[in-house]
Amino acid sequence: MSALLEVEELQVSFGRTAAVRGASFRVAKGETHCLVGESGCGKSVSALAVMNLLARGGQRSAKRMSFAGTDLTSLSDREMARLRGNRMAMIFQEPMTSLNPAFTIGSQMAEVLTRHKGGSRAAALDRAAELMGRVGITAPGMRLGQFPHQLSGGLRQRVMIAMALMCDPELLIADEPTTALDVTVQAQILRLLASLKREFGLSILLITHDLGIVARVADHVSVMYAGEVVERAPTAELFRAPQHPYTRGLLSCVPVPGRVQRDKPLGSIPGIVPAIGAGFAGCAFRSRCAHANETCTRAIPRRPMGDAHDYLCRLEPGWAELQPA
Amino acid sequence: MLRLIARRLALGVLVALTVMTLAFLLTRLSGDLAVSIAGPQATQADVEIVRKAYGLDRPLYVQFFAWTGRAMVGDFGQSYFFKDSVANLIQKRLPVTLTLGLVGLSLALIVSLPLGILAALRENSWIDRGVTLFTMVGQAVPSFWLALILMIVLGLQLGILPISGTGTWQHFVMPGIVLAFTAIPALTRLTRSGMIEAMASDYIRTARAKGLSRARIIFKHALRNAAIPVVSIAAVQLGFMLGGSIVIETVFALHGVGYLGWESIAKNDFPVVQAVVLVLAVFYIGLTLLADILNALLDPRLRTG
Repeated sequence: MSALLEVEELQVSFGRTAAVRGASFRVAKGETHCLVGESGCGKSVSALAVMNLLARGGQRSAKRMSFAGTDLTSLSDREMARLRGNRMAMIFQEPMTSLNPAFTIGSQMAEVLTRHKGGSRAAALDRAAELMGRVGITAPGMRLGQFPHQLSGGLRQRVMIAMALMCDPELLIADEPTTALDVTVQAQILRLLASLKREFGLSILLITHDLGIVARVADHVSVMYAGEVVERAPTAELFRAPQHPYTRGLLSCVPVPGRVQRDKPLGSIPGIVPAIGAGFAGCAFRSRCAHANETCTRAIPRRPMGDAHDYLCRLEPGWAELQPA
Repeated sequence: MLRLIARRLALGVLVALTVMTLAFLLTRLSGDLAVSIAGPQATQADVEIVRKAYGLDRPLYVQFFAWTGRAMVGDFGQSYFFKDSVANLIQKRLPVTLTLGLVGLSLALIVSLPLGILAALRENSWIDRGVTLFTMVGQAVPSFWLALILMIVLGLQLGILPISGTGTWQHFVMPGIVLAFTAIPALTRLTRSGMIEAMASDYIRTARAKGLSRARIIFKHALRNAAIPVVSIAAVQLGFMLGGSIVIETVFALHGVGYLGWESIAKNDFPVVQAVVLVLAVFYIGLTLLADILNALLDPRLRTG
């Protein structure tokens, strides 16, 4: 499959703090790609950098960042704005605050279409109502005239999704879209995203810290740690044969029915993601890694393991099988 | 929406009644009115005649209800010094004060909105620092001093504006500038902080993610939300401006309601004082009500309240 979005060696820094350090990932057409990692590992920042939506003070650079053949790094702010909401759309973690409280749902949805495709406001409102129905909002006609505060969190996230689809985008970036929602609504939203992917031929870049979500929706996974992609693989492969100690640590934290023994504690990774400044070398995970030795302070090779699977560690492929369980 | 207006209106009436009571009591506290009306040469007998003639010998509550009852239908009695009815006096002076207030507020908005927006969009730049410094200085400068400086520079040295009187539109320029300056600092800082907060909000990130133009993001999505606190404070500022107009009208000898108030206080013309206080209070109440309605239009969350 050809890549819709290709990011190579993305660097993002805020002042002296390096938030993303050479992350590379690609989203193929029609697939769901997950960026996974714990808080502060740079996954949201990577997505915002792709959209050129970094907060003030954020600096991005990349060896390559292309979307459908267009080099995103060379676009002006205006050209980038014409892509956003049009061919690449984004939804956020905070449905409660992501809609403007002062305008109706209809007006906020309609302006996306009129901005990018022109046409009348009435036509845009029709399209909005149609999409609202499509994402499972009942009585869209009434909802169009309502304000965000009159809607629940789950409804607002559906509105955000419908709004993102207004211009029929090729790429949808979803930044922890279900984190703020309760479990039943989470499941509905995930099912919705999966069916929209099929129906609209969407490619989705999904950011999450929840491996349960990854297992359910992702085609490919990039595991991020401290601003780097430490392992990437097709989803099934990642769950079957994780290589990087961090990936293994993450997986051991998740209870799997049938595999978890009662009265035995779940795994955990000690410590937190370190803040990394300029001039850092070697493996960022070494301070928390049980397998670290002095070679981890030097440059770490990226080890390929089959076609689409590689990871960033001193340990040879298959090292884990030699370990006692 | 209608319920909100009705509730605010009822509240306004209560405030007006309170102000009426206070205005009435304060004028009575300022000394024996019969003595000051009769004048310094008057004998004790003259004072007693005056006291009877003006009804000042009646119990306080009788005087109060008599005055309130007439005031309700727009009859504020006769002025003791101007040989005219109070209602007439106020009617003649009101347009001057209204013009001054309107000029002042327009100038204030024209200056402070763009300044505040500019400072917010260039937060921490030298423009922002300059604006902050300007508002601090503006806050610290007393309006009578600014009035005098303007009179000296624009009126006497450059000779381009008249320094006192009410005749033409030029007479409103300097007082308007001075009046605007009483509101500019607060309005500018409020616009700035409101815009900074709005621009950093999640819904602005959404607006950017939608690919909207920068102008639309700033002037539609951010300004609409930043305007809500500005409108509330602008109403309060206008109240201060009304009070400030007493000083400014006096300094520029602009014959408005404020000047009338100053004159009548000096002469113990208490029917006029009471009426002026009431008129200013009604203005203030009206403006606050207007701000509430405007805010409800700007912020849908307030409409159901």
